[in-house]
Amino acid sequence: MAETKLIVNGNERSVDVDPSMPLLWVLREQLKLNGTKFGCGIAQCGACTVHLDGMPVRSCSTPVAAADGAEITTIEGVGNDDGTRHAVQAAWIEHQVPQCGYCQSGQIMSAVALLRDNPDPTDEDIDAAMSGNICRCGAYGRIRAAIKTAARA
Amino acid sequence: MGKWTRRGFIAAGVVSGGALMVGVGIREGHRAPKLAKMMTEDGETLVNVWVKLNTDNTITAIVPHSEMGQGVFTSMTQMLADEMDADWNKVTYEQAPAHEAYANYPLGREFLMGDTKVPGMVQDSLNGGFLRIAQSMGLQITGGSTAVRFTGMGGMRIAGAAAREMIVKAAAKTWDVPAKELHTENSHVYHDASGRSEPYAAFAEQAGEYAPPTQPKLKTPDEFKLMGKSLARFDIPAKTDGTAEFGIDVDLPGMKYAAVMGPPVLGAEAEQVDETYAAEMPGVIKVLNKGWFVAVVADSYWQAENAVRQLDVTWSKTGAESLGQSDIYAMLGKAIDDAGGKGKKDISVGNARRAADGAARVYEAEYRVPFLAHAAMEPINATAWVREGKVDFWSGLQNPLAVRDEIAGAFSIKKHDVTVHNVMLGGGFGRRSEADYPLMSVEIAREFDHPVKMIWSREQDTQQDFYRPASISRFKAGLDDDGMPVSWENTFVQKHDPPEASHIPYKIDHQLIQHTEAEHHVRFGPWRAVDHTQHGFFIESFIDELADQAGLDGYAYRRKLLEHSPRYLAVLDAAAEAAGWGRDMPEGRGLGIALVDSFGTVVAQVVEVDVTGPEPKVVHVWCAADPGYVMNPDGFTAQIESGIIYGLTAALYGNITIEAGAVVQSNFHDYPMLRMRDAPGITVKLINSGAKVGGGGEPGTPPIAPALANAVFAATGVRVRSQPIANYKQGLT
Repeated sequence: MAETKLIVNGNERSVDVDPSMPLLWVLREQLKLNGTKFGCGIAQCGACTVHLDGMPVRSCSTPVAAADGAEITTIEGVGNDDGTRHAVQAAWIEHQVPQCGYCQSGQIMSAVALLRDNPDPTDEDIDAAMSGNICRCGAYGRIRAAIKTAARA
Repeated sequence: MGKWTRRGFIAAGVVSGGALMVGVGIREGHRAPKLAKMMTEDGETLVNVWVKLNTDNTITAIVPHSEMGQGVFTSMTQMLADEMDADWNKVTYEQAPAHEAYANYPLGREFLMGDTKVPGMVQDSLNGGFLRIAQSMGLQITGGSTAVRFTGMGGMRIAGAAAREMIVKAAAKTWDVPAKELHTENSHVYHDASGRSEPYAAFAEQAGEYAPPTQPKLKTPDEFKLMGKSLARFDIPAKTDGTAEFGIDVDLPGMKYAAVMGPPVLGAEAEQVDETYAAEMPGVIKVLNKGWFVAVVADSYWQAENAVRQLDVTWSKTGAESLGQSDIYAMLGKAIDDAGGKGKKDISVGNARRAADGAARVYEAEYRVPFLAHAAMEPINATAWVREGKVDFWSGLQNPLAVRDEIAGAFSIKKHDVTVHNVMLGGGFGRRSEADYPLMSVEIAREFDHPVKMIWSREQDTQQDFYRPASISRFKAGLDDDGMPVSWENTFVQKHDPPEASHIPYKIDHQLIQHTEAEHHVRFGPWRAVDHTQHGFFIESFIDELADQAGLDGYAYRRKLLEHSPRYLAVLDAAAEAAGWGRDMPEGRGLGIALVDSFGTVVAQVVEVDVTGPEPKVVHVWCAADPGYVMNPDGFTAQIESGIIYGLTAALYGNITIEAGAVVQSNFHDYPMLRMRDAPGITVKLINSGAKVGGGGEPGTPPIAPALANAVFAATGVRVRSQPIANYKQGLT
């Protein structure tokens, strides 16, 4: 066990856990932030995507020690500072993207990261940024459309 | 027990405080055997659909289905609200609880209405169509694409229409005017002659005095205000900000976590568990050997999962340890051989054998499909809390009432001591209609005083599934001089549901369709569209082969065989037209077409494939779908898109194989899913033919595999008779 300091959605948090415990389970079980989902445990599906110092990472395969002192953004903290939805979230609603919705936290986190680095992505850019996120309900077409809408917002 | 002759009823009453309740129910005595098992106690009645008109004039629809992405809360509420002439902005929903109180009518009344007297309670028969509704609705099953076509058409609409008629009657009495001078809109009653208007709630108490109409008048499509509109789904905003609560998100005080391991060879039992190492691992509270599975309970899921992987388990021998996938395929083929053309008959029309003997020639082919896992995004999980002989249970379930009964039966607990809390499903696809994981969860939790959340690893989810069966299907067609079929003979192995899945839409005078069984240990489960997934591939591939034999393309050939059915032709034509069927294709590209009628909805799809890469790439899918009437066009379109991607994933990659009796695949690296970069564009054309309303969740899936296989043939001349299709260049996989 070791104390690890995290800055989660702007708040300083301290947890006393095994340093090799994946960030995913620290977020979900210790910090009760359940929006980030478990899908595969081996960084194959993207359901657990969060931002670590701005970079999208698979929290199921990121030891919490690797996040010591880092800024972490989860789906709960991705909205605008004024409390309104992020343009990506708004576009997700506009295009009625989610079906079961389970993968969508991860999809949104990947999309937000994509648009921050690349405000006007091509289809190929979207393919590259989003192909790490599986959606079993097959909302890919709507995700693509919503990313383009958010890019114009 | 008294003999019931009346089976359905509409019930109504006023709750203390003045809210009006209207429900549609079913009670014992009906002819649905599955439902009969649910109602074992005297006077027990299932109450299925309710609407509450609240005193603030808001309306709450109570929906007896699970939300697993199909938008059912919205579509059900939409159908009810339209019949009620409700103000959509003041309508909401609640999910019906899976509780003894809801299934037992006297208790249900208490549960829903408190101690209020129910003066207007009447019981009367509904029309005969209600019996089919009951089969799905009474069990609270979410599956079989039943919500809109059964619950919605026969439950929600009736409850809404009945409520509206009662309110109008109450307004007429209160204002002392003829009911026919009143009209309703936006949850208000209007009397134009006197300029009066009042919200519905003003009449709730008076309405509760009346017996509900036994046959409320339903709207015709030209009167619809909400049905047929793409209303935004209720559940979507919470699915964009992390607040939607799935089973895996259930969090209870003092809760611990369980990780489990089932037998690698399904059916085996844990004989010995060496826990020497695991029991000492950090956070581990207890190691359990339950025979049919082993488990570790720990302070965190990660600790439990790490520990369960360190258990050294000796599993019993079942006799299946030597079985490999090729053995299973051989077994399936042998079952067909052994049937000797004398399987159980699905269809026997004319004399297919004699017609084939007399035909200009015969054409034969055999197809096969592999096992498939469901691979919902949310791994299987459930949370249970066993206290003082009572069970509280939380999970995403497609069949919550049956789970309640399974738990009660397995642990000898009274049904009303089992409370099932159904939460959102992170995908179901049929997997969440099974009771294995609920029982497992309770079996673990009853060892403790505190709640336990059991989470399956992705590996367990993949290897402890109930699988879409591997199957083989053989065809023999007698052809005339023009290559048109005079006979159709088909023998396949493994028949489940729905029974009509092996039937063909084509007019062929002589048909013999039969099936046989093959016993093996790989357990069956319903998988999106169930038997239609394999029969769609079998039938629509073979008909395409016959088209080629006739020197026609798949579209033209199907047209000739569908002249008897304008509905099928319209759907086929719409898909072909959207795709620009017949256009010149560049080298390495092909178009394939397929048509499947499943769950009351007719769907045709055209695939454009590009075969120039190492694997076939689907460029675009054009789909036409006729569910009779589309209740929520955008929602329905999303379901079709989803069905296509789900089916395409299976068609391209899906391949659960058995080695040494065990499932080989374990996670997304070896059981791959279609991803963004491989997702085709999809165009969906909707057709409102006015036919009986069909389902939406499943019908998009069956045509995609044959449409793809037929497109590969068009592009390459190679006929694909097995899946996964991504491997077609290597032959049988």
